[in-house]
Amino acid sequence: MAYSEKVMDHFANPRNVGEIPDADGVGEVGNSKCGDIMRMYIKVEGNVITDCKFKTFGCGAAIATSSMATELIKGKTIDEALQLTNKAVMEALDGLPPVKVHCSVLAEQAIKAALSDYYTRLGIDPTPIVGVIKECDHDHGCGCDSCN
Amino acid sequence: MQIYADNAATTALSPKVLEAMTPYLTEIYGNPSSLYRIGATAKDAVEEARQTVANLIGAKNANEIYFTSGGSEADNWAIKGVCKMLKDKGKNHIITSKFEHHAVLHVCEKLAKEGFEVTYLDVYDDGLVRAEDVKNAIRDNTALVTIMYANNEIGTIQPIAEIGKICREAGVLFHTDAVQAVCNTPINVEEECIDLLSLTAHKFHGPKGIGALYIRRGVRVETLIDGGAQERSRRAGTENVAGIVGLAKAMELSISTMQERNQRLTKMRDRLIDGLLNIEKSRLNGSHDHRLPGNVNMCFEGIEGESLLLSLDLKGVSASSGSACTSGSLDPSHVLLSLGLPHEIAHGSLRLSFSDDNTEEDIDYILKIVPEIVAYLRSFSPLWDKIKND
Repeated sequence: MAYSEKVMDHFANPRNVGEIPDADGVGEVGNSKCGDIMRMYIKVEGNVITDCKFKTFGCGAAIATSSMATELIKGKTIDEALQLTNKAVMEALDGLPPVKVHCSVLAEQAIKAALSDYYTRLGIDPTPIVGVIKECDHDHGCGCDSCN
Repeated sequence: MQIYADNAATTALSPKVLEAMTPYLTEIYGNPSSLYRIGATAKDAVEEARQTVANLIGAKNANEIYFTSGGSEADNWAIKGVCKMLKDKGKNHIITSKFEHHAVLHVCEKLAKEGFEVTYLDVYDDGLVRAEDVKNAIRDNTALVTIMYANNEIGTIQPIAEIGKICREAGVLFHTDAVQAVCNTPINVEEECIDLLSLTAHKFHGPKGIGALYIRRGVRVETLIDGGAQERSRRAGTENVAGIVGLAKAMELSISTMQERNQRLTKMRDRLIDGLLNIEKSRLNGSHDHRLPGNVNMCFEGIEGESLLLSLDLKGVSASSGSACTSGSLDPSHVLLSLGLPHEIAHGSLRLSFSDDNTEEDIDYILKIVPEIVAYLRSFSPLWDKIKND
């Protein structure tokens, strides 16, 4: 299993690491039992995501996909951010080993979770806009809700 | 700075071993089964190597040593070979442990599909199997007990002599996967009542692709490869002469310096363990006392093993993790889970394993960078945020 140079670059020099204390939305996906947790913070002005930061517990791919996802949505409109797919994250990283594809799914879900929180704070039901957020995309019997 | 700290995965080939092997890759290329001189010379080298290996593990006879392609082949052969012979006699029960190498566990799983019952003994939180548990698990239909000599991830040395004695008294065959133990701890198959033992050269500065299975005289094992008289007709195929010579040479060199090396490595290991335990919420996995001299296996809560390994690699240290991510599976190490560690802690493991080639300076450097990397990864770990104040 080898990572692309882009993955290693985003792992070694992750962009947008940290917290946004006055975030407008915070989303967290994954769980410790599966070995990865991603937490995304977003700042929204008008309809634009003006800032985005992340904190991640996980493997190299989990850190790199978190970093890339923040880059891909920063400065974008909410609509554009909602269109972000795991495939786009993977392509931007020049691919991921097959066993790590779930990390990109987690990154996509983390963005959606943050947007979901943003709408909830505004008193708007997020489900029709954002969809259902899955806790993790694994299927390896780790015992988490998604596996069960 | 480049530090290789993954000697439990494989070791660098010793220049002296390469020197001993070279003639058998160049001038003495004859087939050991041929009659002319370069064949006979090659044959002599193979038989001399067989005698050396026998002597070094305390076997009575050289013809109890069978050369294989390595440890996994030796494990497969030992277990399948014995079990298939004994199945017809109504013996269809195997005893093993939960933290064996996959070359043992997967074979047992396969045999289970063919009608064998398998007892997987628990491993205690100190990383040791209890001989008493082996005794209690033996039944009238037990064909084989297979327990590893030393664990590949956490380096814990099992009570092999005790288990051997129990098996011998019960009349049950005993195999041990000694791939990690040979050349790192004294072994004597006679004194420890071992019936079958697997070893491989590349763990002690020998070449890859060559190993051996010790089969006590009188133990019936199904033929592995048909088609020639090599290895007493039990494993046909032209011998890997250079590999065999290299295996014996590496073993000879390594065992002749083992005592001195073990003293040095134990000191280095303990300094490293003590230093790394200063990191908040860290733990040593497996017994400290019953441990290979070159093995350190730690968990650091709140971080994931693969990101720790990649960070170490970026700073020039080659190490390994029991973490799933490296093996292409998403589950944490079955070894760490067998000790009763929760998934979230087992994900954050680091194995450092040392050999003759490592120095005190290596330990200094690792002690400097590991705490920095752990602190850095924790600084943006949401899991660490949750557990740091517990």
